Amino acid sequence: MAGKEPCPLIVVRPSRCIVDEKFLVLVQNLPPGLAVTVHALIHSEDDDFWEAFGHYISDDRGCVNVAKDASIGGSYDGVEPMGLLWSMKPIPGSRPGLRLRKKEVHTPLVVNISVYQGHMNERFKDTRALACAVAERWYMAPGVQRVGITTNGLKGTLFLPPGAGPFPGLLDLWGGGGGLVEYRSALLASHGYVSLALDYMTPKTSGNGTQHVGNDYFEAAFRLLQEHPQVCGDRIAMLGLSFGTSVALGMAVYSPVIKPKCLVSVSGSHVMPVNGSLSDVFAEIKKNAHNTRHDEENRIIWRDLLLPIPDDPSKKVDVGRIQCPVLLLVGEDDQNWPASESAEDMRQMMEKAGNSHLLTIASYPGTGHLIEPPYSPHIRASNFMVAQARTKVIVLWGGQTVPHSKAQEDAWQKTLVFLEDHLYGTKHRCPRPQN
Amino acid sequence: MNVSADVSLRRSASSMAVCPVLSVQPTRALVDEKFQIVVRNLHPKQEVTVHSLHHSEDKDYWEAFGHYISDENGTVTVMEDASRGGTYTGTEPMGLLWSLRPIPGSRHGLRMRKKNVLSPMVVNISVYKGHMNQGFSEEAALATVVTERWYLAPGVQRVDIREQGVKGTLFIPPGPGLFPAVLDMWGGGGGLVEYRAALLASHGFVALALQYLTPNKERTLDIETGYFEMAYHILQSLPQVSSDRVAVLGLSFGASVTLTLAAYSKTAKPRCCVCISGSHVHPVNKTLFEFFQLMNQSLAKSRIDENNHVIWRDVILPIPTEPDLKVDVGKIKCPLLVVIAQDDQSWATVESTEDMEQIMERSGNRHLLTVLSYPDAGHLIEPPYTPHIRFSNFINQHNREKVIMLWGGQTKPHADAQEDAWEKILLFLQKHLYQDIPPEAKL
Repeated sequence: MAGKEPCPLIVVRPSRCIVDEKFLVLVQNLPPGLAVTVHALIHSEDDDFWEAFGHYISDDRGCVNVAKDASIGGSYDGVEPMGLLWSMKPIPGSRPGLRLRKKEVHTPLVVNISVYQGHMNERFKDTRALACAVAERWYMAPGVQRVGITTNGLKGTLFLPPGAGPFPGLLDLWGGGGGLVEYRSALLASHGYVSLALDYMTPKTSGNGTQHVGNDYFEAAFRLLQEHPQVCGDRIAMLGLSFGTSVALGMAVYSPVIKPKCLVSVSGSHVMPVNGSLSDVFAEIKKNAHNTRHDEENRIIWRDLLLPIPDDPSKKVDVGRIQCPVLLLVGEDDQNWPASESAEDMRQMMEKAGNSHLLTIASYPGTGHLIEPPYSPHIRASNFMVAQARTKVIVLWGGQTVPHSKAQEDAWQKTLVFLEDHLYGTKHRCPRPQN
Repeated sequence: MNVSADVSLRRSASSMAVCPVLSVQPTRALVDEKFQIVVRNLHPKQEVTVHSLHHSEDKDYWEAFGHYISDENGTVTVMEDASRGGTYTGTEPMGLLWSLRPIPGSRHGLRMRKKNVLSPMVVNISVYKGHMNQGFSEEAALATVVTERWYLAPGVQRVDIREQGVKGTLFIPPGPGLFPAVLDMWGGGGGLVEYRAALLASHGFVALALQYLTPNKERTLDIETGYFEMAYHILQSLPQVSSDRVAVLGLSFGASVTLTLAAYSKTAKPRCCVCISGSHVHPVNKTLFEFFQLMNQSLAKSRIDENNHVIWRDVILPIPTEPDLKVDVGKIKCPLLVVIAQDDQSWATVESTEDMEQIMERSGNRHLLTVLSYPDAGHLIEPPYTPHIRFSNFINQHNREKVIMLWGGQTKPHADAQEDAWEKILLFLQKHLYQDIPPEAKL
């Protein structure tokens, strides 16, 4: 494109959206039949670069429509409207073991979308694009409030939807990686839930000098939601990922205080000492440390630490006593936690106890442990800090990018419908507006 | 009025009913994009009012509302259901924006115009029980969401231009370019109005919003064709701009300037022009100052309506026959899109356009002209969903007099005109400055 000819135009619609919304990417004003690469780039908060790209050929009107045309190469192929996001990987030369996680939820993920001439696979940085556009993807809808929580010895962040409410509440628990991870709660508040992201793994949050928090910590968190003036006290859910599930299930069954209206478990297991504290749980897992395996790239596989699923009832949460609906989201290629085996065992326990009508299992082939909000880039392994030992390892999460990405989309949809059904009591499944 | 969560202490938990589910998608949009508002989890056949509220930069409150009845599932879908009352009726997906009006008790003669385009227009959408017409601030809403409406797409740069005596604001789309460009001019209200240029840049055009009328009387003396040619030249010469793909777009007085440039300029050769609510009746070869002096004489023809609103439409009537009193549009050599409103009370654009058509017929360049004429629309044809106002406060730049100017138009047809005109203006610019675009790329 030399001389004074104007350049191709990239249209992204909407140019600002919530991270679980789809966008339309359209390239116009190309010569017809031109081979081009549509490329997406994110500069992460950790100062890494992530990219995805698709190979297209413009049609006879000089257009490429990512939602309708098939990519014939790149980091994704076929007709994939959101491939430019979910197939993102760290650019060549990046540090190993990266994971893309947004810490600052007040600002959007900024995605730079470019179109290059030809079918390129590398050296995008050194090549001049034909055109660019910028898209913003937000975890927080406008009007959502973010409130730091430090009362009652708790450490967390509360996200409130706009308006007076009252709203259903949600206790949001991440896994053994620890820290205070806010983005999923921000997203859930954008869908109308008062959501409390809770940090429970950081040793210093425990008040009485022991290494881990006690069960009363979680009860205090639940009560905080219950007593909040904008929360409907009898419509509080628990959502746990990985280790957070163990906590959620344990509390739901054994805590006299915590009575969730429903429970979502992502990549979780019920295997843990009955009515044990967090310390008990870790101690038990440590006993099986010899079951740790490594793959051919020396990445850690922890799934066997809980296997085989014990028959001894004192070693697993008695899910037969659960009184609320439970949604289990399970990746069949989960290399970190035996979520599939656990789900199957839970199903059997609940059938025996007669409460299996409360259970829904969504099991996803080719899907790994980290089932994140839709369009989050899939990573098969990443750096992990073992909290107590302060050692850095590379953990294998599992999953193949395409099925894992589809699973994330479906799992999130199921989660939102499940929460809405049980917390808002929406009796009829009205489809959410699609853009 | 506290438009964020109105937290009155409530008794906690147990048998509290949870609020309806209100959603707006997308939550953040460009001002010319549609949104979808859905209310779910109401009772079946429940009467509700869907209400919008905007706190303007001038600190006024604007509101709109529609009366709905939920379906048997307890759902209201604003895009599909009919409003039975309120500030708009019928099936109007965007009625909550274009029918916005100042709340009762507001100052008189308000107009909503965004000055700061780097921040969005924030609109609160709420749903209330029953069919309400007033008292929204005293009533607790069932649910509220917040939506942002942006004039500026992400990645668009804003640059102040103070060069060669020209004052304006430049908006540049992201990317290496080259881009086509638009010189964007507003009317006799003066000042530096950026939002339309910001929006044009969000559609892929380098856009220069030009200031040429200020309260500063001395500056006005200098403004003549050379000023506009310099602005055009600055725009054309930018490294990101494709120099032979520059358009000129003007509203009201800005349209007269546009026609003058297109017909007479030896240096500014726009690829196409857009004239909104404008006229070719404009003395040729006069400075702005001289023009205003002439205007002051003609203003004797302005009228006042029964509300004391000033009507200027007769000022240029009858359309003069003398050639030095109107731009010779027969000399225009580029495609010209003329957008006019049939209830324009401010300027006789309908009569002007008829005269322009005749001149162009005689000169053989009529094929360059496209006219969009909107019944019951008024003078201020703004970007889509901008609230319609039939009149507003206006400071006459020539004599600094404060009046209330009658613009004309009825709200619904005017809103339809704004939506249709903008779509066609973008298509026209894209066609002549880029290439033909396929239907799927339309808004």
